[in-house]
Amino acid sequence: MSFFGIGQGADISIELSDSEKRKKVEVKNEEGKKDKLPLYLDGETVSGRVQINLKGKKLEHQGIRVEFVGQIEMFYDRGNHHDFLSLVRQLAPPGELNQSTTYPFEFLHVDKPHETYTGTNVRLRYFVRVVIIRRISDIVKELDVAVHTLSSYPDIINSLKMEVGIEDCLHIEFEYNKSKYHLRDVVVGKIYFLLVRIKIKHMEIAIIKKETTGTPPNVYTENEQVAKYEIMDGAPVRGESIPIRLFLSGYELTPTMREVNKKFSCRYYLNLVLVDEEERRYFKQQEIILYRKGDAKSARKATAKE
Amino acid sequence: MADGKSGATGSTPETSIKRLDFKKQTLDDAYAVPANLLEIEVSNPETHGLARTRYTDYEVKMKTNIPVFKIKESSVRRRYRDFEWLKKELERDSKIVVPQLPGKAVKRQLPFRGDDGIFDDDFIEERRKGLEEFLNKVAGHPLAQNERCLHMFLQEPIIDKNYVPGKVRVNN
Repeated sequence: MSFFGIGQGADISIELSDSEKRKKVEVKNEEGKKDKLPLYLDGETVSGRVQINLKGKKLEHQGIRVEFVGQIEMFYDRGNHHDFLSLVRQLAPPGELNQSTTYPFEFLHVDKPHETYTGTNVRLRYFVRVVIIRRISDIVKELDVAVHTLSSYPDIINSLKMEVGIEDCLHIEFEYNKSKYHLRDVVVGKIYFLLVRIKIKHMEIAIIKKETTGTPPNVYTENEQVAKYEIMDGAPVRGESIPIRLFLSGYELTPTMREVNKKFSCRYYLNLVLVDEEERRYFKQQEIILYRKGDAKSARKATAKE
Repeated sequence: MADGKSGATGSTPETSIKRLDFKKQTLDDAYAVPANLLEIEVSNPETHGLARTRYTDYEVKMKTNIPVFKIKESSVRRRYRDFEWLKKELERDSKIVVPQLPGKAVKRQLPFRGDDGIFDDDFIEERRKGLEEFLNKVAGHPLAQNERCLHMFLQEPIIDKNYVPGKVRVNN
């Protein structure tokens, strides 16, 4: 922006290398809209070029630098950003720019320990920032990138199995095939009725997302029902089994995040809800771990880069 | 979608038809009477007494197979103030949110009305329906079923207002 010739004397544009080939993913931004951002993985090199287009004849500056930043931003505490990652490269020493210039930059094998996340109260983002330091006001340009963390859990299948109920009223046994699911997995399970003395109308399974931010005693918890899925209609009797098959790929989910930099957590729960004829609700919540599975291709790419 | 991976889907044909093993239901279980029978009917309004002590009571008939109730079929007579008593007892002892009764008819008890006041047939019918709904909601509540006051209200001929509040246990 330049008003009456004062203000910024240059335009900065940042271009990442292999930006055409690189995969893009949708990431929600602050306003809740979705941006397509280039995707990076942990350990990958971030490189590219910075182009500075002069608007005037020359530009005096106290130095030009490029940064790669990983940042956690609390929405209730806007002024206070928390950088968990900050790499800086000096592009030019203090001096004068007489013409439009291009600088290459490279951050080799950057550790990106966390996944990009936009929640209700918190945002975790990565970006490249170019700063032209000037005496009065710096010229700053930021370019967001997305980061995914991949994990491969050992395929030890320990199922979640439990008997729950209300004494002398309703006893059920439920079972989910795993306790850890990847984001495009299928929850396969069953409900077995041991005792039914209430008039059940239907049963549903819900995925609940719990976002916890802040440190005690100032903890904010946001619950969001991500999915609701009916698995039974009508009243069952003793000995009946109800099958469950819930495809996770249909919902907007992120991996489970625990105590990210001691700032926030995002956890997922399966909530089994039975509703009786008088609309009373009986439920049991069970935490499940969600993770992002690396497909063979991207895993190979990540190792090749190292 | 949060995960934009192409090709890598978890729903391979094998998992998309997968089921966990089932215990087969026995025929006895499949054809047995469901263990959740609970029917409560409020009927037969009758007006007793004379002049200022006139009141209406209703027959509360109940049929159940839930073991917590001692008697499987019972019939008692109750008036509106008994329902109020039950509501008060439940609110005090149990931790449940007790549903509303069909309101008290203070206005209808004023003299010189065009109809029969609280003895008007339409009014009695409306109240009967409300009471029936109230009782069915309360009696079906798993926590209310443990309260002694509910059992006394439904099954004992006379309500002893000086009873010892407490819980009822199943002895099967």
